Amino acid sequence: MVLKTALRGSASLIALAGAVALGFGTNSARAADPIKIAVIAEAQAIAGASIPQAAQLAADEINAKGGVDGRKIEIVTYDNHSSSADSVRAFQRAVNEDKVNAVITSYISEVVLALEPWAARLKTVMVTPGAASNEITKAVHKDYEKNKYTFHGYLTSASLALSVCDAAKDLLVDGKHMKTAVIMSEDAAWTKPLDIGYQECLPKIGLKVVDHIRFSPDTTDFTPIFNKIEGAKPDVIITGISHVGVQPTVQWKNQQVPIPMFGISSQATNETFGKDTNNASDGVLYQGVSGPGLAITPKSLPFADAFKKKFGNYPSYSGYTSYDEVYYLADAIKRAGSTDSDKMVAALEKTDWEGTIGRVQFYGKDDEFTHGLRYGRGLITGAMLQWQDGKQVPVWPKEVSKGQLKFPSFVKVTSK
Amino acid sequence: MLALQILIDGFAISALYALGAMGFTLIFGVSGVLNLSHGAIMVLAAVAAWAAASVLHTDTYTGALIGIVVAVIASFATYFAVVQPIQKSRRIPNEEKEIFVLTGTLLWGIMIQELIAYFFTNNAKTVLPIIEGVVNIAGVRTPQNEIFTAVVCCVVIGLLWLLVNRTRTGKVVLAASMNPRGVTLLGHELNNVYIVVWAIYGVLAGLAGVLLGMFLGVSSYSVGPLTASAFSIVVLGGLGSVSGSLIAAIVVGYLETLTAYLLNPAYRTIPALLLLVVVMYIRPQGLLGRR
Repeated sequence: MVLKTALRGSASLIALAGAVALGFGTNSARAADPIKIAVIAEAQAIAGASIPQAAQLAADEINAKGGVDGRKIEIVTYDNHSSSADSVRAFQRAVNEDKVNAVITSYISEVVLALEPWAARLKTVMVTPGAASNEITKAVHKDYEKNKYTFHGYLTSASLALSVCDAAKDLLVDGKHMKTAVIMSEDAAWTKPLDIGYQECLPKIGLKVVDHIRFSPDTTDFTPIFNKIEGAKPDVIITGISHVGVQPTVQWKNQQVPIPMFGISSQATNETFGKDTNNASDGVLYQGVSGPGLAITPKSLPFADAFKKKFGNYPSYSGYTSYDEVYYLADAIKRAGSTDSDKMVAALEKTDWEGTIGRVQFYGKDDEFTHGLRYGRGLITGAMLQWQDGKQVPVWPKEVSKGQLKFPSFVKVTSK
Repeated sequence: MLALQILIDGFAISALYALGAMGFTLIFGVSGVLNLSHGAIMVLAAVAAWAAASVLHTDTYTGALIGIVVAVIASFATYFAVVQPIQKSRRIPNEEKEIFVLTGTLLWGIMIQELIAYFFTNNAKTVLPIIEGVVNIAGVRTPQNEIFTAVVCCVVIGLLWLLVNRTRTGKVVLAASMNPRGVTLLGHELNNVYIVVWAIYGVLAGLAGVLLGMFLGVSSYSVGPLTASAFSIVVLGGLGSVSGSLIAAIVVGYLETLTAYLLNPAYRTIPALLLLVVVMYIRPQGLLGRR
């Protein structure tokens, strides 16, 4: 600290000599050193591509305003090719060789679960902008001292299910008098707790679950799946898809499956989804933490527009969270006055940051989802958007809604 | 109702598989090359057709045509940049050339796959259907484009049969597959025969890729599975046998569809692979294999 202040005050020779005396090349950060944040993400996937881009945007903004106590933020990106093994290697390299102070990583739960023990072993703060599995925060709760370095910067699957159900109650049950649903989820770590959440909350809001389909993320032909769903005659398909998205959506349209899709569809959160599906996405309803034209907080729209200006498209959901994460990491480092991992953890736990997705606070040590985002009114509730004429339109909650539900002509929205 | 649905879906899938495997087996039959970049060329065609339509805003037909042209270019690139240098090399012993070609095309395929992922992400792309809408066939709602796909596949396979059996060029190609040395003695430049075959291959793989892009959609992840499915169909039918591949494609297509509908879509490819293992035990040369 003394050293830091000395250097910040005036970069005098004495201070420099002092620094030499204390030893260059040690891990102790000097004031002029940048704060390094590693971003290990799926640069090639439409749901993950926004993560490094948004992080860089946030860092540029912070640096333009002078950085954190004079220290610039440097983003070091690693493409993990959607692979857990690649991510672990990147994580080790980031911490051991590139000496990063914190890590932002991935929209894939399997990746984050593979990295969580490494965050513990290497005592490095790690935040995920897009993975959802409940297991991430459960591990922190179970063995706090070991796993406290992991923070969940996106909603847990349990919260996602709640968010979808809250929206379904208003839009489908009250709005369209729907009574039955089929759950259609890809088989992955994050959908296990999601499906349990769906099965619990859908009947409570008045949607009877008439069938539950889990399919392999390798599926290319969805005809048999849609066929089976139609056989159950539901009013709506409740989705839990992230690794797949384009193919089921296009086939839903080509085969004119007459049932609306509503739920989590990660790929649909990125603006490029419209092009990828040749606008077969029209009518698809998806849960988002934010989105184009969606003023969740005063920060949402300026970020979305700046992102679009810089990268050509509106970000996916994990872009919003990744952007916020750089900001609240910087805020925590400022409050902690240090990049020491344990001090950062303590500061992050006290986070109360208004980001682009709402008010960010973390559940505490004694809560079930330790270090998960607090869900609820006044904090983060998520929103529901619908693809309409090639655009993403917010339709829920009412306060931020920009339009009415609108479906392509082959979809029959009537209660039986 | 379900039976009819399986019949229709299975037919479309089988026809597409047949078209995809046809070029693969033709190349092997004529020049002994097992082209493991097959899946990459199919995906490249579909992605090119997608990019033409959604980035350059061409109409669907032009987009599809661009996809096929790109596949033909990729096919020639495979031959001239990868296969021919290995075949002509003096430093690689003749008996090892097949392995070198196998490895070379595999790596070539991975390069194409990574480039597609780099420039167009690894998310699936779909080609806009040529014909939109659905028809009701005795209660089964069938996309018109699915019927179109099946028809195009059948017509192209028919044309290929005519080309090979009824035209002079085709007969030379056929002869080259039986006895390359004999064809050379008759005064035909073997190299020209290979160029014709790689051109035909490019058209077939490109068409199959574009149609698959319309029917199901493809991503850079599809490269491996597509090569594998063409490979297993061709091995099942008998390496180098065009009619064998045709039968094998129908068997695999229907077996997969039956599994997906009656058992579980997740187990789709398993029975076909088991069948392949069984056939390899009982009849290693494949259903209609000659060697």
